[in-house]
Amino acid sequence: MFFPSKEELEKYIANLKQTVNSRKVLVCTGLGCLAKGADQVCQRFEELIAENGLKVELTRVTDDNPEVKKTGCMGWCEAGPLVQIEPEGILYLRVQPEDVAEIVERTLKNQEIVDRLTYQEKRGEEVQQWPLMKDVPFYRKQMKIVLRNCGLIDPEKLDDYLARDGYLALAKIVSQMTPDAVVREVTNSGLRGRGGGGFPTGRKWQFAQVVKADQKYLVCNGDEGDPGAFMDRSVMEGDPHSVIEGMAIAGYAIGASQGFIYVRAEYPLAVSRLNKALADAREAGLLGQNILGSDFSFDITIREGAGAFVCGEETALLASVEGKRGMPRPRPPYPAQSGLWGKPTVIDNVETLANIPAILLNGADWFRSFGTPTSPGTKTFALSGKIKNTGLAEVPMGITLRELIFDVAGGIQNDGQFKAVQIGGPSGGCLTEQHLDLSVDYDSLCSAGAIMGSGGLVVLDQDTCIVEVARFFMTFTQNESCGKCVPCREGTKHLLEILEKIVNGQAEQEDLDLLEEVARVVQDASLCGLGKTAPNPVLTTFRYFQDEYLDHVVNKVCPAQVCQSMKDYVIDPEKCRACAKCARVCPVQCISGRPRVPYVIDQSKCTKCGSCFEACPFDAIIVDWRRKENARKN
Amino acid sequence: MENSKQEQTLVRKFEKVNRILEKHSYNQSDLIGILQEIQEEYRYLPEEILTYVATALGVSPAYVYGVATFYAQFSLKPKGKRIIRVCDGTACHVRGSQTVLKAVREYLGLKPDEDTTPDLLFTVETVACIGACALAPAMMIDDQVFGQMDQEKVEQTLESIIQEEKGEEANVFSQ
Repeated sequence: MFFPSKEELEKYIANLKQTVNSRKVLVCTGLGCLAKGADQVCQRFEELIAENGLKVELTRVTDDNPEVKKTGCMGWCEAGPLVQIEPEGILYLRVQPEDVAEIVERTLKNQEIVDRLTYQEKRGEEVQQWPLMKDVPFYRKQMKIVLRNCGLIDPEKLDDYLARDGYLALAKIVSQMTPDAVVREVTNSGLRGRGGGGFPTGRKWQFAQVVKADQKYLVCNGDEGDPGAFMDRSVMEGDPHSVIEGMAIAGYAIGASQGFIYVRAEYPLAVSRLNKALADAREAGLLGQNILGSDFSFDITIREGAGAFVCGEETALLASVEGKRGMPRPRPPYPAQSGLWGKPTVIDNVETLANIPAILLNGADWFRSFGTPTSPGTKTFALSGKIKNTGLAEVPMGITLRELIFDVAGGIQNDGQFKAVQIGGPSGGCLTEQHLDLSVDYDSLCSAGAIMGSGGLVVLDQDTCIVEVARFFMTFTQNESCGKCVPCREGTKHLLEILEKIVNGQAEQEDLDLLEEVARVVQDASLCGLGKTAPNPVLTTFRYFQDEYLDHVVNKVCPAQVCQSMKDYVIDPEKCRACAKCARVCPVQCISGRPRVPYVIDQSKCTKCGSCFEACPFDAIIVDWRRKENARKN
Repeated sequence: MENSKQEQTLVRKFEKVNRILEKHSYNQSDLIGILQEIQEEYRYLPEEILTYVATALGVSPAYVYGVATFYAQFSLKPKGKRIIRVCDGTACHVRGSQTVLKAVREYLGLKPDEDTTPDLLFTVETVACIGACALAPAMMIDDQVFGQMDQEKVEQTLESIIQEEKGEEANVFSQ
């Protein structure tokens, strides 16, 4: 397969669409479903379809031989393995190999729905069920542009992408549009960088376009390092061609002939899928010299990261692509003027680039019809934490946090109580109940002290200690600080020390003032985005959960019962048989007693190691979480 | 005799490195990729090889050492045959990754300052996020992801891998 011109490609796609089989069984083989046995489900389908195919072949061959595809991620990992039956759009959840026979028998042969595998919800006495994918609450409020193909196509087959109008946007621009016109279209669409900062993509392209240089570069940032984020991974694994097409278009617009995809080392599947897609695109003449017969040439090289969070920052990423230590440098000059090897370079995030083909195919006005005036389009979120539906969701900008958490994500698991939502990863902030009606767009989130970030969204419930969460994020940023600038290197270390003092119950009131002061300095004085945003989790949690900080510092109480130092081990005198087992295992010798008299733990010496608790054969040792009401005054 | 044997192994050692360098056309900007392939070959980055790579690429050993120590993926100490990465990303952390880590370390009998088992079979690491948040708490053994772990599942998984390794060993001996 090789396309010498746009016309050839269009003809091929038109043919492809006619031969597409309408009866389809789609089995999600994303990471989530795979770990729950989607592979076996796939195999079972293959076997049974072949088996049954013989019997019913005479009647309707095409319908009884649906193609079993390995799709990318359908997003609702919690309910995996997911199986979708087309053309009806039926969605089956938690499908096990032993369920396959029933699906083949009832749905594929007799067009019946297998009720027990559909989504059901109890409303009082009544059980309501939604067999169709588009009606299921998790999908109802979603709007798919970036993930338009994820879950519907086989990411390892170019034909599948082509059948969904793949590479038509690239064909259109190389034959009909000038680079100027492409940049104008993207600028008009209002697309903002999805990597976190939200800088207008069109403007970034324009900066690089106007610079005159013999060589320009385009870099796709796939270094998705935020813990709790996996959107880019799903796109690279589920629809690699959309990223490649977006890159080629961007390359055409800015005048670059070489692109790089920087992927984290932790994503081996993304690397192998991208490699396959690159090879296929090259073979088809959609990458390489004179793409589709035009005089535009463009190729892409993959660079694997080696595990450094700071490489998500653009200047650090460039250093890493050049094979150096991934350390940021001051800007200006901006990469658009002087980037890779001193040449003008545009760096776009995976999700941003995946939007590009859709925008150029459907036009800027179409794109602006989604989302809000200042943040058009959609955003994918990786929903995780203490919610019912963990997984990937793409929603229009401007949706409220409440809709996102309670409708799409299904609310808090185990009927827990919502406490906070951490948005934007270690660079973002914690938002609370009062922000639930906040619109999700770049500007509203920023005004509340959080950031959109790359789209990680971790929901916390009443059992999560907010100070511990702040400490967790600080451990992460402190560890990942590259050490180049002093405010970030020393400041994050200091912040972490104070937070550790707080969770260990050794902090004083002054420490809280110091915490805030140091946080401000790190925010103001750091060189790059990592340091500038590192204090966000601390500052927002401190702002919205000051009481919880004070509980830890003044009362030495952890209301969520998480911080180990805030609990006491006490011996129940009724149950104690004075066997001395606890005293023998205590590493600090703080348990004392005499025969036939209940033993006592000296709380001032106890290190809360829990050895006595495990050693006691009579369950006489009780964990006593301190409460605010009877907090010890000190 | 002993000496020439050592020399021979050394030559063989560098032969592999040479092949890797060749593949990357001695390109300085491919240094990270080169080191990744070397680490895949040797399971760590031996010091003498770092110096060798530096000379071959025409940069100082300090430069190569600087890159090798910057990235979390590289190890200057020998690593185990199977790498266990326990995810301690946000989602895994709030769903109990510490219990998973403790279970893994206890099962393998690692001392507090050890990350690799003495038989060089396993190395245990924590990583910030493997992007399997929906399966939290998760861990990865080499390229395979194991989701929704608890102590029992950790033990089962590790046991089956140890059995698998034993099987392989037996095969080698029977040949």
